[in-house]
Amino acid sequence: MKNIALEVESLSKQYRLGQVGTGTLSHDLNRWWHKIRGKEDPYLKIGESNDRTKKGDSDYVWALKDVNFKIEQGDAVGIIGRNGAGKSTLLKLLSKVTKPTTGNIKVKGRIASLLEVGTGFHPEMTGRENIFLNGAILGMTRREIKRKFDEIVDFAGVERYIDTPVKRYSSGMYVRLAFAVAAHLESEILIVDEVLAVGDAEFQKKCLGKMGDVSKGEGRTVLFVSHNMASVKELCNSGILLQNGQLAFQGTALEAVSLYQKGANTNNHYEVSSIEEAVGNDNIKILHFSAEPLNGDFLTISSGIKVTLKFYNNKPNINLDATFELRTTEEVPVFHTGALISTNKDSRQGMYDVSFEIPPNLLNAGSYYFKLIFGEDQRYALYHKDGLIGFEIENEILGSNSNVLPGVIRPDLKFNII
Amino acid sequence: MIELDKKYTEENEWTEVIEPQSSLLSLNLKEVWRYRDLLLLLVKRDFVTYFKQTVLGPIWFFVNPIFTTVMYTFVFGNLAGLSTDGAPQVAFYLSGIVLWNYFSNSLNQTAGVFTTNANIFGKVYFPRLIMPLAVVTSNLMQFGVQFLLFIGVVIFYTLSGDLMPNAWVLMTPFLIILMAGFALGLGMIFSSMTTKYKDMTMLLSFGIQLFMYATPIIYPVSAMNERLRDIILLNPLTAIVECFRYGYLGVGNFNGDMLIYSTIVIAILLIIGTLVFNKVQKGFMDTI
Repeated sequence: MKNIALEVESLSKQYRLGQVGTGTLSHDLNRWWHKIRGKEDPYLKIGESNDRTKKGDSDYVWALKDVNFKIEQGDAVGIIGRNGAGKSTLLKLLSKVTKPTTGNIKVKGRIASLLEVGTGFHPEMTGRENIFLNGAILGMTRREIKRKFDEIVDFAGVERYIDTPVKRYSSGMYVRLAFAVAAHLESEILIVDEVLAVGDAEFQKKCLGKMGDVSKGEGRTVLFVSHNMASVKELCNSGILLQNGQLAFQGTALEAVSLYQKGANTNNHYEVSSIEEAVGNDNIKILHFSAEPLNGDFLTISSGIKVTLKFYNNKPNINLDATFELRTTEEVPVFHTGALISTNKDSRQGMYDVSFEIPPNLLNAGSYYFKLIFGEDQRYALYHKDGLIGFEIENEILGSNSNVLPGVIRPDLKFNII
Repeated sequence: MIELDKKYTEENEWTEVIEPQSSLLSLNLKEVWRYRDLLLLLVKRDFVTYFKQTVLGPIWFFVNPIFTTVMYTFVFGNLAGLSTDGAPQVAFYLSGIVLWNYFSNSLNQTAGVFTTNANIFGKVYFPRLIMPLAVVTSNLMQFGVQFLLFIGVVIFYTLSGDLMPNAWVLMTPFLIILMAGFALGLGMIFSSMTTKYKDMTMLLSFGIQLFMYATPIIYPVSAMNERLRDIILLNPLTAIVECFRYGYLGVGNFNGDMLIYSTIVIAILLIIGTLVFNKVQKGFMDTI
């Protein structure tokens, strides 16, 4: 049996919603009064599961509730889940930034966390000075930093600027330097939170490579939080799926990712009968939004898609536009294109119907969802809504290959063969 | 690292357990010691960045005490005619100002340590105790410069025959440690309370101002009547200021018992402060 590097036991974290202000003192006194009588904390009970879309009864909410898992040494674990599933809370608890409400975490070895790179960087200090300060904040001794100094500078690729104050750095250089310091921490467990979203493509590749080295080559344990399913699949061998603050699944990375994607909204039809029920705000109310097959009954690669949108506009005499952004559930944008609904400041207060077609043989099989943005003058967002509808395009077997082919699009190309 | 792993395998022991409640006394001073390099680098950061893009640079450290001394000499010395126990007014007020500046700066900054560093504290873990320690250490830099100014004044008056410093000047390092300990202890208690109740910042900002008048900065203890003197002697800073003046200026009524009393009070305050701070630091991110 392999070694357990990290064990999480019935871990929970409760947060108070709303403003901490009036009422805090009375709650504190009440809590203290229960405590001296040897009773349980009265506010620990009333929290409910963390579903931010529903209105709760109490001011307390469980960001994490009763989470249990073990991580073996040398594993690269992807932690995935939607926004608000509790990923960041889990990382904060692991990196000791905040303490759990109940339960515990047992750790073997040092934990280094890259929740946000460049913490404690001082703009007036030079790159060299900041490497030392940042390294020390992250838990390195001066001797350790000195030993790794050349490696860090080399990795960041900022040698020429090393004695220049970091306020003169380009933002890319700043981030590269910050990541380089963090990546050279000597720790048994490394926690990474989507830092890869920064830097140019070349540097992102370098970071991913470095993380791969860390887990595969050096046998360290890596916890990786990301919305980028592609890099989770590539980097991690196991995965943890969180849902509303609870552990939904632990297993291989591939299983976790596919479970996560199944959980995405595949409801391709949204419709309400009246404006009162419609989603929206004071400017826009959406009454109907759907993606239906052009031909046949199912969305397949060759079916094509008819997208229909019906909404109520409450702002007369403006330049109104509606933008559709299609994304895969792995968060790869497919297109982002808008319909100019009125261009002469002559929008009407009332219903609009917008529809368009995505031609057959364009999108590959996979899961997709729409982001909708309504704008004024193509500049100001009046309303936006993510994931109101999503859909799954089924694979079609062409020829003898039954596997889903790679790629976001799968065009039907006319090959000329001579 | 491989060696370390082996050790863990053999003993199969957790190096760390993160738990919700920890006892009040679970103070990990060893960890603070392990982060001593961070303390030094934070002090260095303050040193390097304090005067960036100023023309006068460290001269600013002199400006404050010189002008304050001139003002005090005029207002308290001449207009109000307060006694200075026979010491030259400039030396008397400067000695008080130099000490008070160090104490009040350290206290103010220590008390705000959670609020000003919330950004860093929310991202990375390191023993939070490092921050207040860095504050009182950084302030020594300003104190050192102003102290040199004071020494210059003392030498001037000694040569002109107005002052006779005695062996009590050797107590200076100890007095500074006491003062740092007092600012640290009090500051940590305040900082722990400000995380949840911001009212404390309000209280502190004018509290420090008033506290100066409860400390013999602009007047000597001897100027007090019996009853007031007993009250003023309860203030742990009183003995520090009086001992400092007694050493350098040779004036004031001072004895060793007062200093022992101060040391005990400050030690107790420092222990309470450290424990409270340690308790609060683990969960403060949720309330700040």
